[in-house]
Amino acid sequence: MKTLDGPDFWRSLEEYADTPEFAEQLGREFPQYASEWDAGVSRRRFLELSGASLALAGLTACVKQPREGLVPYVKQPEEVIPGRPLFFATASTLSGYATGILVESHTGRPTKVEGNPEHPASLGATDLFAQASILSLYDPDRSQTITKLGQIRTWPAFAEELQARVKTHRAIFGEGFRLLTPTVTSPALAAKIRELNALLPKARWHQWEPAGRDLVRAGARLAFGQPIETRYDFSKADVIVSLDADPFTFGPGSLVYARAFARRRREAATGSFAPPRYYAIETTPTSSGALADHRISLKPSELHAAAAALFAAVAGKSADSSFPWVASCAADLIAHAGRSLVIPGEHAPAEVHALAHLLNDALSNLGATAILTDPVEAEPVDQLASLTALVSDMKAGRVDTLLILGGNPAFDAPADLGFVEGLKKVAFRARLGLYDDETSQYCPWHVNEAHELEAWGDARAFDGTVTILQPLIEPLYGGKTALEVLAAALGQPAAKGLDLLRAHWQKQHPDGFDAFFRKSLHDGFVEGSALPARAFKPVANVPAPAAAADAAGLEVVFRTDPGIFDGRFANNGWLQEVPKPLTKLTWDNAAHVSLATAKRLGVKNEDLVAITAGGATLTAPVWILPGQPDDVVTLHFGHGRTRAGRVGNGTGVNAYRLRAATGLWLATASVQKAGGTTELATTQHHFNMEGRHLVRTGTFEEYRKDPEFARRLEEVPTISLYPGFKYDGHAWGLAVNLSSCTGCNACVVACQSENNIPTIGKEEVRRGREMHWIRIDRYYEGSPDNPLVHNQPVMCMHCEQAPCEVVCPVAATTHSEEGINEMTYNRCIGTKYCSNNCPYKVRRFNFFDYNKDKHLPVLTLLANPNVTVRQKGVMEKCNYCIQRVNRARMDAEKENRPLRDGEILTACQQVCPTEALVFGDINDPTSKVAKLRNEKLNYGLLEELNTRPRTTYLAKLTNPNEDLLRKEEG
Amino acid sequence: MSANADRPPVIAPGYTPATVTDKISAVVLNKTPRWWYVGFAISFLAAQLLFITIAKLLVLTVGIWGINIPVAWGIDIVNFVWWIGIGHAGTLISAILLLLRQTWRTSINRFAEAMTLFAVAAAAQFVLFHTGRQWLAVYWLFPYPNTMGVWPQFRSPLMWDVFAVSTYATISALFWFVGLIPDLATLRDRSKHWFGKITYGMLAMGWRGSARHWHNYETASLLLAGLATPLVVSVHTVVSFDFAVGIIPGWHATIFPPYFVAGAIYSGFAMVMTLAIPLRKVFGLEDFITMRHLQNMAKIMLATGLIVAYGYGIELFMAWYSGNTFEQYMIHNRILGPYGWIWLLLLLCNVLTPQFLWLKKVRNSVLGLFFISIIVNIGMWLERFVIIVTSLHRDFLPSSWGMYTPTRWDWSFFVGTLGLFFSLMFLFIRFLPVISIFEMRGITTGHDFEEQAGEVKP
Repeated sequence: MKTLDGPDFWRSLEEYADTPEFAEQLGREFPQYASEWDAGVSRRRFLELSGASLALAGLTACVKQPREGLVPYVKQPEEVIPGRPLFFATASTLSGYATGILVESHTGRPTKVEGNPEHPASLGATDLFAQASILSLYDPDRSQTITKLGQIRTWPAFAEELQARVKTHRAIFGEGFRLLTPTVTSPALAAKIRELNALLPKARWHQWEPAGRDLVRAGARLAFGQPIETRYDFSKADVIVSLDADPFTFGPGSLVYARAFARRRREAATGSFAPPRYYAIETTPTSSGALADHRISLKPSELHAAAAALFAAVAGKSADSSFPWVASCAADLIAHAGRSLVIPGEHAPAEVHALAHLLNDALSNLGATAILTDPVEAEPVDQLASLTALVSDMKAGRVDTLLILGGNPAFDAPADLGFVEGLKKVAFRARLGLYDDETSQYCPWHVNEAHELEAWGDARAFDGTVTILQPLIEPLYGGKTALEVLAAALGQPAAKGLDLLRAHWQKQHPDGFDAFFRKSLHDGFVEGSALPARAFKPVANVPAPAAAADAAGLEVVFRTDPGIFDGRFANNGWLQEVPKPLTKLTWDNAAHVSLATAKRLGVKNEDLVAITAGGATLTAPVWILPGQPDDVVTLHFGHGRTRAGRVGNGTGVNAYRLRAATGLWLATASVQKAGGTTELATTQHHFNMEGRHLVRTGTFEEYRKDPEFARRLEEVPTISLYPGFKYDGHAWGLAVNLSSCTGCNACVVACQSENNIPTIGKEEVRRGREMHWIRIDRYYEGSPDNPLVHNQPVMCMHCEQAPCEVVCPVAATTHSEEGINEMTYNRCIGTKYCSNNCPYKVRRFNFFDYNKDKHLPVLTLLANPNVTVRQKGVMEKCNYCIQRVNRARMDAEKENRPLRDGEILTACQQVCPTEALVFGDINDPTSKVAKLRNEKLNYGLLEELNTRPRTTYLAKLTNPNEDLLRKEEG
Repeated sequence: MSANADRPPVIAPGYTPATVTDKISAVVLNKTPRWWYVGFAISFLAAQLLFITIAKLLVLTVGIWGINIPVAWGIDIVNFVWWIGIGHAGTLISAILLLLRQTWRTSINRFAEAMTLFAVAAAAQFVLFHTGRQWLAVYWLFPYPNTMGVWPQFRSPLMWDVFAVSTYATISALFWFVGLIPDLATLRDRSKHWFGKITYGMLAMGWRGSARHWHNYETASLLLAGLATPLVVSVHTVVSFDFAVGIIPGWHATIFPPYFVAGAIYSGFAMVMTLAIPLRKVFGLEDFITMRHLQNMAKIMLATGLIVAYGYGIELFMAWYSGNTFEQYMIHNRILGPYGWIWLLLLLCNVLTPQFLWLKKVRNSVLGLFFISIIVNIGMWLERFVIIVTSLHRDFLPSSWGMYTPTRWDWSFFVGTLGLFFSLMFLFIRFLPVISIFEMRGITTGHDFEEQAGEVKP
């Protein structure tokens, strides 16, 4: 080397040091051993090796090594095993009422909500809102900082100013200090508020919930003189009359009611006892009504009279002849006294509630099927009066400090109150909220709230059970809870949620507190804290219905949106895109009218109408809803937000603008055709079964006469030239009981959450590209005035002879030896042939890169790590939650035991409030699903095509009142 | 000749081999006419649409089209079947009519073959780019040993399609090129420009016209004709399997293979006619592509058109006869559903219009034939739309019924392939002899080739 001219270049330190090894290495043509390979090395072997090294050289480019240093846990947290989720018990609340949930957590990030099977309000199920709450947790549009007039501030800065306010007010005993919250059932929070009230005796606490239960309380006051709570026991009810209620999908306790009713109806098909009968008397179609044995459509103005007529008939007086159904219904009720139930709707007038209480009393149902308890709410007040008082005080300048803890009153307060106008007169306004929304806009101080899944707290369930909320994750944006804000007001700005919660419960349970708290935390609720049943006797006389004023206009019924509720979930894509029950609309609300009314107004779907009520006019698109009473318009509120976030802004129309304090649930309005249209996105355009035997229905009577009536409708091919595949091991199957499905959509959202299904937006839904792996098909039967509604959940049928499999040119969709039709995403090239050839059209295609959003840092946390996030151009569909099957299989193998029936729950099955879906091994004759498949009601959808579906349906059975049927026909 | 006495000749009288050669080679060797530049520019511009659409497809994938669930195949596949169908006339003319010794094919086979090739090229765009992940479809559709240990799924008609279409493209290209060799040699010899001499010379592959060359040529051409003959039937049969193997009402029908083949030949001849009529006009080739050719093609169109009409009839009959609810609804929807007007238009184009071809007067009218051929081309496109979209948009479960509206990107892709086709066509007519020179020489009067070619003589 040194002999070379020029600067000294050296190739390595060894060379530089001029070691003999290096000298030797240089001397050899190849490095040591390289030239000492077996002399048999031929040209061929050389090519092999060089080929291999080339291939390996390529490999190094495949994996990008992370550049950051990876730091292992210094102290390994207990039980955190990557790939192994943990479940924590907490709660999801809606309008204050808690449902116990278990949240799946993967190495510290919550990914999926399940119902808490031990919790009395859940029994393992949840509604769609709880399912979607996980998306709200990670919502990148949530407010992320504390601000004052838009400038970022710190928590201590806020606490200091708040304490200063409290100090000022203390001098005047709290005069002018107000608190506004949504409905509070939380014992800890209520105690804190009372603590503050003790400090500031003249301060006042107002509550406002846009979809509140004022009428329930008013009805109870009317009947019993106090706002007692009623809960129902459907498991003992043979005859149920709903007076405009939607007991199975709306309101606290609905999950439990739905389960009990569905179970009874299901078991009546096998057992010997009589099936239950459900009369739905409705002013607008509901999901529960779709399940009813009889559905009677009424104008809202007639509801009171109808309830009075029913009461008169039950009491043996002559009934109002304008309701021909009353006599049969009353006779049925009387025949089942003590085992019947009359349920008033949450939005029904107070008088109807009172009449329902009287009816239940007259039928000796009180204490049997209708259980009375003390109120669940911490402070049951007439919230409308409470808010009205606050607004008038604000307008009069009597409010100096207002703390708004949650809610969104600037958006959802009655339009005629002038909440915002009053709010602007308050000197110090602070708002705790998840979003920097319509209310925060008018509050100089905005404190970002911690999501329920990041917060410590408690709340009561529908039966009063105290439920503990524990955080699954540190607040992503350092949010605060109402409890913490109040503690700050009381001079403890540094107090943590957990300490505050513990402090509260320590006072209640001083003995053995640690064990008590640990157990409650573990279970998710405080054992035995349900409110005991109490005996009350209705006292009041219910005012007779006013003579129906022949109003010129139409009646407008206000309801919460089935997707985004009162608007609080507007920025939740899952809830925006879920096809609403009955209408199958997504991303919008509409003015729902009957066909006859639409004709009279000269409008069709998507045409705009101007609805004028109380001086305000709202232009909304029309969507015809069969079963809607004539001259009644139903509007869902919650849409039309302006500061919801990127997802929720500008969807639908704001029905709150028509909602006045005098008519929160019902208004009289004039409706005119406005000209023009708004495009709406629906996922189902056709509601007629076209004479095909898709949903098979019958009555219990027909079933008794001919148990195989459903199977007889189509001939199923049985002969085959070739022997079928033999499924030796497991053979997975799913049975869907159509008698139970309410169409509540919980399964749709659960599936979306479990399987990382993207949302695609209104435009794409309009193009017919919705991605839900499970959909609820809805068909109508009979006249459009009051049709029968049939819901049918449809997911992949996992056909044993799957038409999709033979046509895929690259074998991306294949059959497993357990009978699951599997999608191999990374093999799919997206010819879409499989979807074309699928008779059920359950396959979904990534027409665009729908998962783009998932690249947002916070949303990457959301995905289920056990399910592939699909690329653009790839087909996808239900796979019976194969990841859950495999997880259970691994567990069973480790424990060296066979899989147990019921060990694997698909996401849709687990969440279903009515247990309508049952998954399992059809090869195991003792499994639930195998037994269901053997039932005579069991049939396969389009089985006549010889697809041999693994998903099968049990025909829908109803129990109509023969007497009433005759009357309806005659 | 008495049987043909009243027929126009296949070549105008008075031509000798020399004048034939002069006339046809002049088209290539003379100065480029101005209209060619205009035509090529327009076609090439349209072809750019194809490339823009492909770029967009690769970035965003097929969501830019109007397809959805249930209609996951839209006019992309309509266009594919249409283009493949058009190609068929070329193969039929060059292979089957060669074997049947139909001399009248001589003057149209060259550009009909070229048309086949270009139509297959256009169709291939759809095969590849209708997929969601084109970058993988490029090679995953082919059976090749790989480390993943997976093969394509040989039960899938799409797989068969890949073989059928690629075989078709290969054979057609070979057949076309082999047939060109003697003419390329003629051009090499007549070309005055050094570039033409070299290029044509290389392409002529050393053709010197020796007896051995001619012998080899004849053997190769017969063999290729033999190979290509089954393709006339098989390719569109396989394409029809894409649908017939499916379970969807409106697809699942045993009549599809013959019905599709007839439709393909029908549309193929219509396209040959559409191209031949302006071509003979602008190049003054009326003497070579005579009324005889146009009449013969019109007769074939009429015959195949009747087969296609029979197919429509059988579909209606079978729906009624099967007693199958789904089939019956499919026909009901086809006629009275939201796309009913397309079906009506289809009958107008494909069944009613060709009936005019019964009239000799129409068969003798160049303008009339041109119009009819264009209408048939449109009709055959509509037929594929009816089969694909109307069947898919309402199948078994009414809950999943939907509608399909093509977007501008659907159309841009279609227009783009038209651009590609015509660009290639323009290049072809400019740089290669549109009519086979040496075969035309063979049918000039006085040349006894006619007898060899099997022309019936009294």
